[in-house]
Amino acid sequence: MKNSRFFRSTVGIGLMAGALIALPFVAALGGQAWVRILDFAILYVFLALGLNIVVGLAGLLDLGYIAFYAVGAYTWALLASPHFGLHWPIWAILPIGAGLACFAGVLLGSPTLKLRGDYLAIVTLGFGEIVRIFLNNLNAPINVTNGPQGITLIDPVSFGAFKFSGVTQILGVSVSGPQKYYFLLIALAMLVIVINLRLQNSRIGRAWQAIREDEVAAKAIGINTRNLKLLAFAMGASFGGIAGGIFSAMQGFVSPESFSLIESIMILAMVVLGGMGHIPGVILGAVLLTVLPEVLRYGVGPLQMALFGKMLVDPESLRMLVFGLALVLVMRFKPAGLWPSPERQRELAEAKQ
Amino acid sequence: MDIFLQQIINGLVQGSIYALVALGYTMVYGIMGLINFAHGEVVMIGTLVTITVAGSLLKAGMPVALAGLAGLIAAVLVCMALGWALERVAYRPLRNAPRLTPLITAIGMSIVLQNLAMMIWGRNYLTFPSLLPKVDFELAGANFTAIQIIIVLVSAATMGGLLLLVYRTKLGMAMRATAQNPAVASLMGVNINRVIAAAFVIGSALGAVAGVMVGTYYEIAHYQMGFMLGLKAFTAAVLGGIGNLAGAMLGGILLGIIEALGAGYIGDLTGGFLGSHYQDIFAFVVLIVVLMFKPSGLFGEKTGDRA
Amino acid sequence: MSAVLLEAKTVAKHFGGVKALRDVSLSIRHGEIYGLIGPNGAGKTTFFNCMTGLYVPDGGGFVFDGAPLMADAPDQAAARGIARTFQNIRLFGNMTALENVMVGRHVRTKAGVLGAMFQNAATKTEEAAIRQRAIDLLHYVRIEERADDLARNLSYGDQRRLEIARALATDPKLLCLDEPAAGMNATETEQLRDLIDGIRRDGTTILLIEHDVKLVMGLCDRVAVLDYGALVIEDAPAVVQKDQRVIEAYLGA
Repeated sequence: MKNSRFFRSTVGIGLMAGALIALPFVAALGGQAWVRILDFAILYVFLALGLNIVVGLAGLLDLGYIAFYAVGAYTWALLASPHFGLHWPIWAILPIGAGLACFAGVLLGSPTLKLRGDYLAIVTLGFGEIVRIFLNNLNAPINVTNGPQGITLIDPVSFGAFKFSGVTQILGVSVSGPQKYYFLLIALAMLVIVINLRLQNSRIGRAWQAIREDEVAAKAIGINTRNLKLLAFAMGASFGGIAGGIFSAMQGFVSPESFSLIESIMILAMVVLGGMGHIPGVILGAVLLTVLPEVLRYGVGPLQMALFGKMLVDPESLRMLVFGLALVLVMRFKPAGLWPSPERQRELAEAKQ
Repeated sequence: MDIFLQQIINGLVQGSIYALVALGYTMVYGIMGLINFAHGEVVMIGTLVTITVAGSLLKAGMPVALAGLAGLIAAVLVCMALGWALERVAYRPLRNAPRLTPLITAIGMSIVLQNLAMMIWGRNYLTFPSLLPKVDFELAGANFTAIQIIIVLVSAATMGGLLLLVYRTKLGMAMRATAQNPAVASLMGVNINRVIAAAFVIGSALGAVAGVMVGTYYEIAHYQMGFMLGLKAFTAAVLGGIGNLAGAMLGGILLGIIEALGAGYIGDLTGGFLGSHYQDIFAFVVLIVVLMFKPSGLFGEKTGDRA
Repeated sequence: MSAVLLEAKTVAKHFGGVKALRDVSLSIRHGEIYGLIGPNGAGKTTFFNCMTGLYVPDGGGFVFDGAPLMADAPDQAAARGIARTFQNIRLFGNMTALENVMVGRHVRTKAGVLGAMFQNAATKTEEAAIRQRAIDLLHYVRIEERADDLARNLSYGDQRRLEIARALATDPKLLCLDEPAAGMNATETEQLRDLIDGIRRDGTTILLIEHDVKLVMGLCDRVAVLDYGALVIEDAPAVVQKDQRVIEAYLGA
């Protein structure tokens, strides 16, 4: 394919690397808020690709993915903040967070992965809600999660003395906190991209695709569908847990509000609208769904003031309305996503004939 | 044991509401295999429409009974139209798509309706006009109100009406046939499009009635109330056996009672660790347990997978 | 090693009131091509499905290669060495022909998630071996040119062959073919016959459900006839063909 050849040539790689390195500094020209938006976009790329393993590769519909994110986030919050007075380092917390999220995934998946698609969706949705309700209410009799107020003053990521918060001078350049997180997140995103790619083209990836295509036939050729589904679920959960930890550290504050159903739907939408299972598509979906709402938020308010002289429509509800419409419209006109894999494109083109 | 009867009564009332909403889910799922995520939002809109219509009529001086009736009728009409539009515009084009596509569309429509409601009625809680007399009764240590009785009676009447429709009319027969085997039904001359539209419209009408009752019972309404209600009603439908009408009714009532008993006793059961604000969890736990051990629900049929 | 590879002992299965299998007992010997025939609805595919773990028998069971077969565990049946094709072809449509066969190697290979992520030497070697074996199998069934085509785009005959290749990829001791000649013309059926013969020569025992009587009688060493879920006769083709009960079963008494 012509595209990939460009991407793989040295010049291509050099240019992309240069662009990636320059990006946070270009964004900073508009203010640190835009660097933070960039950071979130990349965090969501990471999350979406984690969910992609579950939904895109193994074909399991998870509407409660946010629960694993929450487990990871609260693990970091509880182990690195004044709440319990613990300040553990990153190399301890992240594995614990990932491990707990993985455990939650196995716990949820074991009894439910045999369910049919839409039932699995509802059950996972229910699980996500249960987690949120517990987070909201586990503040009595023992205060574990501090309820709706959440946990504040969470430690940022630090490697020894190098803290990710505050400004640091590197090679004569002033690098802000959000900008430092950017590079950490890019590294993590690349890791999960490579993992996705390698899994896709492996024995396990093929088995997942077989399960997706025809579970009965997959069993007949010896694939242990139960274990493989559980594996996909657990892996996806682990990535969610890691993402949650970084989120906690980056934001410095967590509360149950950040882990609602709409978040799960949002991440699922990134995978499905982007191009199910197709890594570039999922990345596109994540970036679009993180950046566009912000653009909308910054633009719609002033636009309405300019046109009508007052705020007719609350930007927040407009943003959600547009999101809902986007889901409906994309499913209607581009059900394979905005950037589906070439095979899917072919498939749908033929189906239309 | 002192609160047992009280919780049973409360559960019965709440359960009747769940039953009405569950019927909407089960009819659509039985015929189309689609979980109509947006159904909860339709119910919510029914409540809010009633508030607007009845509220303004009351302010204009109309007698309570008439205003209430007008509100109910308005809600039913609006919801029926909404249900029809939902099917026609969002779901019909996706009849032959793989399962995931209409599910995501349903989620999308749910979000659209919720936010439209927010834009029209605002973010704040709205008060439902007082339409029914507030009379209290007492029986064997448990309190109940006229409103509760009316809710149970109206639900029962509505469900009875539905059963009459499904089992005694041509349309009902067509619906049952389509639920069993759409291809053959259409070969027998059944207009599938009309049947599916009917399922949506009737389900939405029931949902509107449920919406009015929710408003009457809790006296407040909010643009986000449809979500939890819808989820729980769907759980009730699954509990009873999705696609089965009697199952949805029984499932609704059963879920209401389980929730009420659970909320009442959870403090005692967990030694004070979990309080009644965990009430919402019961529905989810029921859902997970049912799907794990008896996915076909209480009345559902097992469908084998013939290789 | 006894001569019997698979033994069915009084296998019974009913669906509601319908008795699909009534205490069927038969045995398949190592290295033979064993045919299972009978009118439509006789229970042939039901028997298949019970044997390969898709259905749970209501009575009786199977002994394969000396040990009992677990019910309701199709992946275990495959691991033990029973491979099958399906009456209405169940390929992985959106995977290429090559990938379909490669995934057939799953049960005999072991690279896991860590191997996939780290791409160590053992994984790479195994992956190359999988690929090569898949290519060889495509050659074996003569659809090597279609290696990179999506399975759903293959012609009907090629799809049947691909399904056989995928089944062979699991290195089965017993290969079960469910009506492989359905929808084929005379030439294709001849080619299929050669293929099945070759598979047996190369050491795999074969169980064949078929309606094409000529194919069955010409190919099989022994034939079993089912009618209304019961075994009518189990013998050499020449004997079965002349049996009065078989003739009645097919033509109606």
